[in-house]
Amino acid sequence: MPLLQIDHMTHFFGGLRAVHDFNLEVVPGQVRGLIGPNGAGKTTIFNLITGIYSPTEGTINLEGDNLVGLYPHQIAAKGLARTFQNLRLWRHMTVLEHVKQARYSKLKYGLIGAFFGTPRRQREEEQSDRIARELLELVGISHLADQVVTNLPYGAQRRVELARALAIEPKILFLDEPTAGMNPEELDQMMDIIRQVHNELGMAIYLIEHRMKVVMELCQVIQTLVFGEVIAEGTPDEIRKDPAVIDAYLGKEVEF
Amino acid sequence: MAATNNNSSPVRRRISQIFARIREPVSGAPLLGWLLGALVAVILEQLIGLSLARMLGMSRIPALFGIVIVLQKPSLIPSVILYDLLIYVLPTYIIAWLSTAFANWSAAKLLNFNKWVAVLVHIVLIYAVLHIWCDVSDYRLLVVRLILVAIIITASLNVINGYMGEFSCSHPGFIALGAYMASVLTVGLFVDDNFYGPALLPTNLGHFLFPVILILGGVVAALGSIIVAVPSFKTRGDYLAIISLAFMFMVKSLFENLEFVGGARGLGGQPDWATLPVVFSWTILSIWIINNFVRSTFGKSLNAVRDDEIAANAMTVNTRRTKMTAFLFGAFWAGVAGGLFAHVIRYVNPSTFGIQMLAEVLAMVYFGGLNSIQGSIVGAFSINLLSEALRPLEIYKWLIIPLLLILVMIYRPTGLISFTEFDFMNMIQPKRKTKEEVEYAAAAD
Repeated sequence: MPLLQIDHMTHFFGGLRAVHDFNLEVVPGQVRGLIGPNGAGKTTIFNLITGIYSPTEGTINLEGDNLVGLYPHQIAAKGLARTFQNLRLWRHMTVLEHVKQARYSKLKYGLIGAFFGTPRRQREEEQSDRIARELLELVGISHLADQVVTNLPYGAQRRVELARALAIEPKILFLDEPTAGMNPEELDQMMDIIRQVHNELGMAIYLIEHRMKVVMELCQVIQTLVFGEVIAEGTPDEIRKDPAVIDAYLGKEVEF
Repeated sequence: MAATNNNSSPVRRRISQIFARIREPVSGAPLLGWLLGALVAVILEQLIGLSLARMLGMSRIPALFGIVIVLQKPSLIPSVILYDLLIYVLPTYIIAWLSTAFANWSAAKLLNFNKWVAVLVHIVLIYAVLHIWCDVSDYRLLVVRLILVAIIITASLNVINGYMGEFSCSHPGFIALGAYMASVLTVGLFVDDNFYGPALLPTNLGHFLFPVILILGGVVAALGSIIVAVPSFKTRGDYLAIISLAFMFMVKSLFENLEFVGGARGLGGQPDWATLPVVFSWTILSIWIINNFVRSTFGKSLNAVRDDEIAANAMTVNTRRTKMTAFLFGAFWAGVAGGLFAHVIRYVNPSTFGIQMLAEVLAMVYFGGLNSIQGSIVGAFSINLLSEALRPLEIYKWLIIPLLLILVMIYRPTGLISFTEFDFMNMIQPKRKTKEEVEYAAAAD
């Protein structure tokens, strides 16, 4: 049984059809990629799945639960974590606070605990502190735990976003262009981290990328989206050879 | 900020050197030492303050460090400065310096014994200092109680405007709701007066029920805040500011037109139950709870909502619940503070809770510092003191306070002390100079 199943999802922005008849099945532990030219609707699909938009038509099911109509925080709490194409960090908070914040739905001490500092709160905060530090260790920025995020270099900020998403304990991790704006060296590091995260935590990963290197090396299945429609789906080799994909996105090699 | 920080200027460097030299002997003094010093200073004032003041040409002890005298009789400025130095600064400094070793030792002992006892000892010391200081004049007592109430108001508004970053203007409305609720209950139930008739319950019972009455005032204010909180789900920024401003005027005109609570004439005759210990305890309690809240992950989600709401939502933070909590919580404490305020002044009038009070509370929050408990305390203290000092200027003081605010906004856009964590446990720790510090000081000389 697939973890996430999306059937016939269509979305309109006013009269503009942004996504048309999108289908997706993610099985546990799978790494999937979504590629396509700018404006094809890739981020819109992420926003639809994570509840920022509600699809005009179609169904989204996570392990049999319908996700359409839920608030983004409810969907996230069910185990769909995401990162953002343009970093969305909280500029006055430290790295550790970022990761701990994403444990919000796991905390059970409630407002009474928050107001009066009960032992239970102490226990749960300590636990989330420990988990957060482990995750920072995993993405390799544990030495930056007490820094305010705005002081960090770009590559480290990307890792904060990743660690924050991992703190949700996701079943599926949605990465929206995780290597955007990185130099080749940072890119290799990021790919290593994604591989490591996948190996250690074993969740499914669904990522949007423009860099073919990342997609081809990491993903088991790739979809190509053009003008809101999937024109091809398959293994990296199949996608590389698909004439429709070459025509619409990858481009032909020109021989002189 | 950086543009004005001209560190290379020789005068500035000289001044900072002098300050460093003055600070050097007391750099190891813990909070306990400073409190002991302050205690000695206020006792000293009781003993020799009056004769010293007369010697310096003043008719009585300057009530608020002499800042009121300064504008009335500028010729007394040197006397005032000398008085403050001799009575407050020098004794505090000397005792803090002499007691460094003893204070560090006892602070460490206390903390080892039990951290709550240590906290309690410090709070009792702070109270003792305030109590003895206020013993000198009723004016002082009134101002101190108003400042303590203002601290609750500022900290609670900081939850909404600072920690959550919404620009809410409705705080005077919440204060009014609390003030009227508490006043109606105390005047109506426990006091013989010609508005509500004879007391229904024995007055002595009122002393015990006063906390309950204040909490009821807070609850009413919190209920009222739902009117502002619900629109905040959809709107932010300017629109919410307008909605909250409208709420403030709604509450004001509601009380102006309710004959049941005295209408525009106001409601007087509240019993004198908001004594210094009562107000002080409520201030400590409110700071403790507010600080607990803003340091928890639930409180931190206010910051997440402020800095990026979409990201907060995507990271499982229930943003609606967060906003609702912040408004209810802030309004609750504003209501409690309103009840205390009414019983400090012992008279409430709808016109008190208007645009001028709004300007004052906003000034306290933005002057003191956003997202900071220390900032709230500093803001409430300094704006209130300033407002008292400028009282001789009457309405013109409202030229000076906004000017000061403009300067703060230019040089420190988020206020004097902003974006800090208030950790009392950390403040009362004994201070021991580390080896590195000693070596560094030696090298600096």
